[in-house]
Amino acid sequence: MTDMKTPIAKVRGLGSAKDGTHHWLSHRVTAIANIPLVIFFVVSFVGNAGKGHAEWVAWLKQPIASVLMILFIANMVYHMRLGLQVLIEDYVYDPGTKFASMIALTFSCVLIASLSIFSILRIAFGG
Amino acid sequence: MAEFALPKNSRVGKGKTVKADGATNTKPFHVYRWNPDDRENPHMDTFEVDMDSCGPMVLDALIKIKNEMDSTVTFRRSCREGVCGSCAMNINGKNGLACTTAIEDTKGDVAITPLPHQEVVKDLVPDLSNFYAQYASIKPWMQTQSPTPEKERLQSHEDREKLDGLYECILCACCSTSCPSYWWNEDKYLGPAVLLQSYRWLIDSRDEATGERLDDLEDPFRLYRCHTIMNCANACPKGLNPAKAIAEIKKMMVERQG
Repeated sequence: MTDMKTPIAKVRGLGSAKDGTHHWLSHRVTAIANIPLVIFFVVSFVGNAGKGHAEWVAWLKQPIASVLMILFIANMVYHMRLGLQVLIEDYVYDPGTKFASMIALTFSCVLIASLSIFSILRIAFGG
Repeated sequence: MAEFALPKNSRVGKGKTVKADGATNTKPFHVYRWNPDDRENPHMDTFEVDMDSCGPMVLDALIKIKNEMDSTVTFRRSCREGVCGSCAMNINGKNGLACTTAIEDTKGDVAITPLPHQEVVKDLVPDLSNFYAQYASIKPWMQTQSPTPEKERLQSHEDREKLDGLYECILCACCSTSCPSYWWNEDKYLGPAVLLQSYRWLIDSRDEATGERLDDLEDPFRLYRCHTIMNCANACPKGLNPAKAIAEIKKMMVERQG
């Protein structure tokens, strides 16, 4: 593309967004939170491997297990949302495609989290 | 989307081979050639350089090629001792200065291409207009509010030491053009070299515009496109660590939030 803008006009562009630190920090904090939550998830699932449906349900009905599972899902999905946003910003240039991708990403993350958490609650409070 | 392959008119073809007459101890140098005037695709020319009459550095070989084998080979050079940054180019896949890269340290053939992912002016000369404009945009000079003192502005030894590892940057662009994040978003991401320079002024105890400087950098692209890939620190011919400077800027951003 050729235009008559000077390099400095292009670089200054629309100016600073005055944003980005919150995103960066949230990504780091969710990463830290992921360490114990992922350990809990892996240890629990490996420990329960081979057990039947009733035993899995009994395990998930324990308050600690269901609360930690909800935290794991919420934290993991938020972390994923932040990370994939960076991926889209890095590689998708077309403003329309970028906007659509961001919307799709946000909606699917909310859907994944809602379905997962609802399922955990249903088992936790179910009969 | 980001382009991962070269456009058709940038695909690199095979060029000519120039032999050194009567030489027995030769080393092949493959040099990227592109002439804006002939509308041809770029190609790699091979020059078999006589090592018995060549200086020790890659730049010596390039100058020998230009003097004795093909005077149209185009490249930038000036100081020939690693302080001007003009001869930054990609040598065997790694960005560096031709003048401080010893031929002895290269194994086998030597492939020389311009700095990656920049428009090419001719042969090994990249167009660095955007890079220089980005440098200008961070206002790389001292900004103060207090009245200009009659003598020099004082600085403690400790504060002066904070500039070590920063002031040595020669703006050769080896780091920025080795950074994948800069390749994909160089229109908006400032890149390692400019951010290191920015930190050089942020940390200067005599500068009084730290807040304004941070305001200008607080942006998802200008600063936060750095994903700590570390190619910058690997590429720097002066042994500096731009990734660390960028991390320090991010820490300042968090610090000022309380």
